[in-house]
Amino acid sequence: MAERILKNIRIGGLKNAVKGNDYRKEATISYCILIGGYILLQILTAAGLVGHNLQGQFVPICVYISLAVSLNLVVGISGELSLGHAGFMAVGAFSGILMSRILLQSMSFEPAILIISMLFGALMASVAGFIIGIPILGLRGDYLAIVTLAFGEIIRNFMNVLYFGFVDGKLRFAFNHTIEGIEDTDRIITGAIGATGTKTMASFTWGLLLCLFTVFIVLNLKNSKQGRAIMSIRDNRIAGESIGLDVRKYKLMAFVVSAALAGMAGCLFGLNYSTLVPVKFNFNTSVLVLVFVVLGGVGNIWGGIIAATLLTILPETFRQFADYRMLTYAIVLILVMIGTYNPAIKSRMNALFAKFKPKKKKDDGKVKKKKSGKEEA
Amino acid sequence: MIFLTNLISGLSLGSVYAIIALGYTMVYGISKMLNFAHGDVIMIGGYMSFIMTMYMGLNGWLALLVAMVICTILGITIERLAYRPLRGTGSLAVLITAIGVSYFLQNIALLIWGANPKMFTSLFNGMKPIHAMDGQLTITPESIFTILANIIIMILLTLFVSKTKAGKAMRAVSEDNGAAQLMGINVNQSISLTFAIGSGLAAVAGVLMLSAYPVLMPTTGAMPGIKAFTAAVFGGIGSIPGAMIGGLILGIIEIFSRAYISTELSDAIVFACLIIVLLVKPTGLLGKKISEKV
Amino acid sequence: MADKKDKREELMDIDISDPGHAYENRQEIYYNDNVGGRAVFVDSKEQYDPDEPYNDQVYIPEKDRDKAPILEVKGLGIDFGGLTAVDNFNLTLGRTEIGGLIGPNGAGKTTIFNMLTKVYEPTRGEIFFDGKSTKGMNTVDINKAGMARTFQNIRLFDKLTVEENIKVALHHTTNYGLIDGMLHTPKYRHEEFRIRKEAMKYLKIFGMTKTADYRAGSLPYGAQRRLEIMRALATKPKLLLLDEPAAGMNPSETTELMDTIREIRDRFQIGIFLIEHDMSLVMGICEGIVVLNYGRVIAKGWPEDIQSNPKVIEAYLGKSRGKMEEEEKKEDIEDALKKGKLESAPSGKPDRKEGE
Repeated sequence: MAERILKNIRIGGLKNAVKGNDYRKEATISYCILIGGYILLQILTAAGLVGHNLQGQFVPICVYISLAVSLNLVVGISGELSLGHAGFMAVGAFSGILMSRILLQSMSFEPAILIISMLFGALMASVAGFIIGIPILGLRGDYLAIVTLAFGEIIRNFMNVLYFGFVDGKLRFAFNHTIEGIEDTDRIITGAIGATGTKTMASFTWGLLLCLFTVFIVLNLKNSKQGRAIMSIRDNRIAGESIGLDVRKYKLMAFVVSAALAGMAGCLFGLNYSTLVPVKFNFNTSVLVLVFVVLGGVGNIWGGIIAATLLTILPETFRQFADYRMLTYAIVLILVMIGTYNPAIKSRMNALFAKFKPKKKKDDGKVKKKKSGKEEA
Repeated sequence: MIFLTNLISGLSLGSVYAIIALGYTMVYGISKMLNFAHGDVIMIGGYMSFIMTMYMGLNGWLALLVAMVICTILGITIERLAYRPLRGTGSLAVLITAIGVSYFLQNIALLIWGANPKMFTSLFNGMKPIHAMDGQLTITPESIFTILANIIIMILLTLFVSKTKAGKAMRAVSEDNGAAQLMGINVNQSISLTFAIGSGLAAVAGVLMLSAYPVLMPTTGAMPGIKAFTAAVFGGIGSIPGAMIGGLILGIIEIFSRAYISTELSDAIVFACLIIVLLVKPTGLLGKKISEKV
Repeated sequence: MADKKDKREELMDIDISDPGHAYENRQEIYYNDNVGGRAVFVDSKEQYDPDEPYNDQVYIPEKDRDKAPILEVKGLGIDFGGLTAVDNFNLTLGRTEIGGLIGPNGAGKTTIFNMLTKVYEPTRGEIFFDGKSTKGMNTVDINKAGMARTFQNIRLFDKLTVEENIKVALHHTTNYGLIDGMLHTPKYRHEEFRIRKEAMKYLKIFGMTKTADYRAGSLPYGAQRRLEIMRALATKPKLLLLDEPAAGMNPSETTELMDTIREIRDRFQIGIFLIEHDMSLVMGICEGIVVLNYGRVIAKGWPEDIQSNPKVIEAYLGKSRGKMEEEEKKEDIEDALKKGKLESAPSGKPDRKEGE
């Protein structure tokens, strides 16, 4: 058959068309922010400009960044509202702590212990995500949100009745009651008191590595066939089915990968403190991470990174105004939401930005002309 | 006998959940938003009633009335200032704003009244518990009044929604916002009214709950709020009888699992029941089926 | 760098003469003007053996006679609650036939598409696709078996780019796993490049290479319709279902679309079954037409038969009017149907969604 391009086809104006996501740009910006921020904070610390309190927040900031990025996989890329992210963080934290204590009995090389613990935390969290995800991903919208909330609370509740410890060098486990004959130093997890006697191994550098890894995985996934499947189901479930995409499979995939990454972050969080209570992983933490995601722009990876950083640093910096700190936070949160989502304000902002737009378009035109010139040549 | 005692306290707790759940379910029905600040309105209602009785020397019932009025105004204000600008922008934005409002209320309470728990005086302080079956069964006046209040509120609300013009307007708006507007219904007014009723009921629920569990803190409303929300979803969010059934079942499950299984795990069991119900009936016990047109 | 340039050149210089997925027995097709034979839908009462070619009693285009039908539907029906939306729908569609499904609004046309693709589970009847019963299959299985569709109200992946929309449709032919996807292994790179080339091929065939990087949701209306067809084609179907492909298009766009549909059939050698209100399109390209009213088939046959069928005219006009007026209108519509100029049924003009 002869080569035939359909004749008479007019696409129509592309004036109103919007360019799609540029993955390379997104990745570059994200990595630059992470590495730049790390270097900046290291320099400021070396110069003695960073207070002790804030230094203590470095690892949590990294953890929150990677939580925000991983939650973005569910909220932004998969388009489902999850209110139980802290649950996976908890699973990762406690299983990671457990693994680190077991490894410490036979090993002393900390980086290896840390990595193995984090992988174990990720594994356990992904198992939890899988178990939770299978039944619930058939639910839609707000119902899914409430069930993830419920699961987050269930996980936290279970942590309250879990007991782990060594008796005579052997790992013992108990449910809903303390382990008999255990000495204080051999306790690993003690119900509502949480994990005690953890050897802290986390550092800012590990935090950075965690962030880079999380961003790497999420961005790569986004720009792969699996990511495209996940996003297309978000955009139009019925059309996704009509081209043969298994909706549940891909929703579950996003959920499990997100859970695994949250577990990894949770593990680093756990290994940052010598004691850790399960209450830390309540609904408020899930909400906090969700706020990072939404304020950073749903689906926007680097936006989430910036939001997580600022919203952890700022309240910490204003600790002297402790009383008004959270109040201001709440008011700012409401105002920002109204400012960014209210249709009237949004259109006014767009009109403001439009003033700068004509310049851009001219540039675009030039580039296109150059390109077409090349083609002709 | 212990069984009966538990059943009654379960019903009582469930009634509190049901009254709170009404606020969630009506608001969700009409504006399709998860109003996470609702639990904190309960807390504000509790503090108001507390102040009126402690510092103003008002009678408990009068204080309740004042608290209801204040919460009603609060509910309308929250809707007007925080939620209305975001109407129709998708559930996520409104959800986060609701969470912001929740933080705001909690921190305002923290600023004004401090973090120390206050001991709430029961509304039924003077009344004596009823003893039955040779003193084996004790029924507190709190239980009786809470259950009664729940039944009365449920009947009144059902009548209101089905018989009055304003109630019918509310139903029309929940069904189809745009069409209701075209029929000349004032949508803003209907939504405000819904928030007003929900918040007024939250004050009642707060006082009833604090009468039975008298610890009052800025975070008092959070957990009952989440559970009542669960109850609303359990019964089918958007449905008034669903909220009542969901609330009662949840209260009973909670008390029974506390009594017979584990205190620590009672919440987990409650939430697990919700999940099981949603797996079997994805829109709750009395919820309507949603289908998408292809 | 040099490597990258090579790749870019390779992308620009795609040979589109190869359709990508051809089926056996490819032949040049003569369409329209009844050159290649005529098509008609029949009530096939006894079960058809899919391996057997058609017998003489079944009228389908001559070019398809030596092959088993791609789609056979027998006694299909569905009830919603107590209401029967579609009843006793029968259809036989040849391998490379273009079939049309017409009828007034609410006749149940889209419902039939939804049953064919298992968006709805039929209450009664059987569907044989490519010789196999589709009983127990869901929408995903149906697509994997080789049936692709477009939607009445365009359903694109709005936030993805045009290129990505097609790549998603190539999902099942993209051969790498989740780990490759997360780590961007060499296998990933190789496969991504391959499907990118393939996606560009589709874009080139449809003259839309320029739009590759734009978000699907921001494209003009006509381009969105075309993209939806491309996406369906990229799943390599044997049968393409088009739900009102010309809705919201002006006459010249419709003419383009007719060319496009024929072109698709010739190039990919597939069967096409379409719902349309635009009579000029239906009469112009369909080889067989079935007319539906109130969920029941009221007429079947070649375009000429349908044009003069009194039942069809009645369905579109209604019969409550005075006799004189009716006669007049009948003549009018008959005229219009013959000329192929009645752009859409009086009751069935879909809303133009965007100002195209």
